[in-house]
Amino acid sequence: MTESIDPRVVAIEDRLANVERVIAVTGSKGGIGKTVVASLLALTLADRGRSVGLFDLDFTSPTDHVVLGSVGGFPTETFGIDPVSVAGIDMMSIAFLSGRAATPLRGGDATNALLELLAVTNWGSQDLLLLDMPPGLGDTSLDVLRYVPRVEFLLVATASRLVVDSVRRAAALLTELDAPILGVVENLQRRAGGVVHDLADEFGLDSLGAVPFDESLEVALGDVRALRDTDAYAAVTQIGEESVGRPPST
Amino acid sequence: MHELALAEAVVKTAVRAANDAGIDRIDRIVIAVGALQQIEPELFRYSLTSVLATADPRVAGVAFDVRTVDVAFGCRSCGTTFGRSELEEVGDETALEAIHLVPELAHAYVRCPQCGSPDFEITQGRGVTLERIEGEGGTSDD
Ligand SMILES: Nc1ncnc2c1ncn2[C@@H]1O[C@H](COP(=O)(O)OP(=O)(O)O)[C@@H](O)[C@H]1O
Ligand SMILES: [Mg+2]
Ligand SMILES: [Zn+2]
Repeated sequence: MTESIDPRVVAIEDRLANVERVIAVTGSKGGIGKTVVASLLALTLADRGRSVGLFDLDFTSPTDHVVLGSVGGFPTETFGIDPVSVAGIDMMSIAFLSGRAATPLRGGDATNALLELLAVTNWGSQDLLLLDMPPGLGDTSLDVLRYVPRVEFLLVATASRLVVDSVRRAAALLTELDAPILGVVENLQRRAGGVVHDLADEFGLDSLGAVPFDESLEVALGDVRALRDTDAYAAVTQIGEESVGRPPST
Repeated sequence: MHELALAEAVVKTAVRAANDAGIDRIDRIVIAVGALQQIEPELFRYSLTSVLATADPRVAGVAFDVRTVDVAFGCRSCGTTFGRSELEEVGDETALEAIHLVPELAHAYVRCPQCGSPDFEITQGRGVTLERIEGEGGTSDD
């Protein structure tokens, strides 16, 4: 036995052993609402009594804690490190460690940060762990596919041909790799029907619902009580109840 | 004490690797601990011993060899190599604690002393690695 081995990979299975489902909220394009959808989904499911974890994997621009108005707090070191509880959600974000400092990480560094946090974070038992993915199909997406057992994907898209073109690539890759896709959420919707629906049809994916473009969202960010009054939260609640909160049909 | 979690991971990984190599009694596990992660070798040895109680019986009598590897960074921008003194300059306790938990966060706090770049590679001494397992029995013991 001479080649050196990374002990973190073995630890990941243990850390996620009591997590019922892991759902990566992705969509490959930036600025389409992955963070908003992931955060609101975590909030609404926690509000309805589910135990939910939320792990921000956008290591260079983490913002879930901003959406949910976390006042911060450094994760406690126990047997590993404990997630920070925010509005009833167990959250982990690199921002809890680095505060407002910029975190310029190349791909290999992001992989290491991901493995390190997966290996030591005590998710405990959760009905659901949501992963807020960074844009693109780069290192973090490939790492999640490689290291996170039982991961399912929820695709976010908006009715822009630029977005659909990009999300189509993600759908094609995940389909090719036989990764389970829960379905497609249309965000920033201004009118029903259209290209996102067509995309879901093209890949035979479920349309999980739509989140309207919500004028009131910006001012509600950072305040969970205000967030609960938004149309976006109401729409995400319906998606959570109807599809995400339930186990996938097999 | 997130060292305990790392220690448990090391021991489980060693058992798994021993299984693959057909070793049925593990005598020694050689572990490298990177200085960047600021783990006390003594504390880590203690953590390793504490997780043995619940570990696979094949590691019951194991000796741990924990060595520290000095940290080295290589600047991608200007080629300068640097390390320990730049880490010591970080000073701020929270920043050091962050690097302790996720060594890559050095990129948030350490800069190349020559050109000020955050774009450096951690060339050695990052975190915990399992370097070698020694043992006997079974079908192979290389
Ligand atoms: N349904 C929505 N209504 C209004 N604004 C939204 C909605 N969803 C997202 N936004 C806004 O769009 C921007 C991008 O959203 P974000 O969740 O950060 O996208 P991503 O994580 O995909 O990069 C943010 O300013 C966010 O507040
Ligand atoms: Mg985002
Ligand atoms: Zn330099």
